[in-house]
Amino acid sequence: MSINRFTAPFLGALENNPSISLIGTLAMLIQAPGDFDMVQQGRIWALADVLSSWPNVQEAVIGVTNLMLVFEQPSEDIAALEASIVELWHRLPGRNADGKLIEIPVVYGGEHGFDLPAVAARAGLSDREVVRIHSEGEYTVCAVASSPGFGYLHGLDPRIFMPRKSVPSLNMRAGSVTIGGMQTGVAVLSSPNGWNAIGWASLPMFDPQSDQPSLMLPGDRVKFSIDRIEL
Amino acid sequence: MIEILTSHALNTIQDLGRVGARRFGVSTSGAMDPVAVAGGNALLGNEAGAASIEVQTFPFRLRFGADIAFALTGGDCSAVLAGRVVPPWWCMQAMAGDVLALSAPKRGARAYLTFEGGIDLPRVLGSRSTHIRAGFGGLDGRALQEGDVVPVGQTRREAVRRFDFGAEPPDVAIPNVFEDGVLRVRVLRAGEYDLFSDEMQAIFWSTTWKISRNSDRGGYRLTGAELTLPAPFEMRSHGVVAGVVQVPPAGEPIIQMSDANTAGGYPKMAAVIQADLWRLGQARPGSRIAFSEVDYKGAVAAMTPVNDYVTSLRATADLYRAL
Repeated sequence: MSINRFTAPFLGALENNPSISLIGTLAMLIQAPGDFDMVQQGRIWALADVLSSWPNVQEAVIGVTNLMLVFEQPSEDIAALEASIVELWHRLPGRNADGKLIEIPVVYGGEHGFDLPAVAARAGLSDREVVRIHSEGEYTVCAVASSPGFGYLHGLDPRIFMPRKSVPSLNMRAGSVTIGGMQTGVAVLSSPNGWNAIGWASLPMFDPQSDQPSLMLPGDRVKFSIDRIEL
Repeated sequence: MIEILTSHALNTIQDLGRVGARRFGVSTSGAMDPVAVAGGNALLGNEAGAASIEVQTFPFRLRFGADIAFALTGGDCSAVLAGRVVPPWWCMQAMAGDVLALSAPKRGARAYLTFEGGIDLPRVLGSRSTHIRAGFGGLDGRALQEGDVVPVGQTRREAVRRFDFGAEPPDVAIPNVFEDGVLRVRVLRAGEYDLFSDEMQAIFWSTTWKISRNSDRGGYRLTGAELTLPAPFEMRSHGVVAGVVQVPPAGEPIIQMSDANTAGGYPKMAAVIQADLWRLGQARPGSRIAFSEVDYKGAVAAMTPVNDYVTSLRATADLYRAL
């Protein structure tokens, strides 16, 4: 393989290395050290940009402060590959959240935002205040995963954090705008869903017929606007 | 074209899977037994990844709307074409109007039907596999049902080809890993193996696990023991691949399969090696499996007999058809 070899062994001592492990012979998980933050997430994006064009890499799949590489064939020299990735991690500047800005009009509350009263009650706020806080935020797409086109959005105001439900709502409608823990997102499929629905958006999030099927991509920014409030 | 006469739930069009779209949150889908799809296509002289019908509920019947050569691979289901028995791992020439009927397999869980010229449906994100949950790929993104018409590609044959021969099934041809009805599945340790105590690790290896009835193309839930951690542990959401053995807090492992989500957060005990995934894809709910450890070199080397099997099958079939 024509990848760079690890040439500066002292670099790893400057800060913690990412944790690297295999999932079988065709996948490798690279996890950023330390707690979640957007700086580490930006470094993961940058790492994915570079590694996705390395030989034998079929795909670089971004997660929340981690990255999974999928290989065409089992790598012949795992140790050398790991060393090259660690070296790259320490030398590569992170990428900023410099993607496109996506504005998503939302019908808050009403039939599809059935959990809005519960979110408001937990926050000790009125329904309208929850809507104002959610729609004034600016969010970053950390990763697209789990369902086609589903973006893990970071940047939710802690005042409206809301734990996921232990019993999922059956058949939550596609387009539901939801809060799950400290994240918010837009449900892409109609299916059982443990997140809390506070509204609904008609903007299509995923088009399988397109070469660029997902509206949201890692590094994009998202703003929700108030289309209507139904209380 | 072919017309579906009888199909109960969950029979779908699948190829070797949708690669390169995980980063958009799209699971790979694809045949649970990729060796059967590659094998059927080798018998017919198709490209290895031409789409098949994956039959996992029986009986299944279809009628040929034209003279079409087909192959039947995967599980050993008694099949009959217009009154003639079709042995497992066999290809045959069907005539327009012939009815092919498949019954529940005596061995294995899933049968695969491939057709000379391949199933002629559009690729979506590079694949013809059905993504049921998202509703795209295959035939209108859904399971097959009575009355469906599935188009088959036209083939321009340069010479008359002979179709009435078969192959030794791979579970016979490649040294057997069954012991007393328990399928031995080889795994590599995965990221969180060391978080489990010595006792839990020992239980993982020594338990004969049962594949629960609550298992499907998305994943196999295992019962037989509970693997617990000293403290709850959830990871940030990260990519996973088919074969990964995850341990949710309740302690009963789940093996992710073809329709698994692209991401997960449960601790990962192990990962089934590529060379054994197709065997696992033929394991039925209710059957029993046990895990054996291999190292990385062993896992890579284990693919050689599988690749050799498909390669030699293709070479032999090419000769036979030309006879």
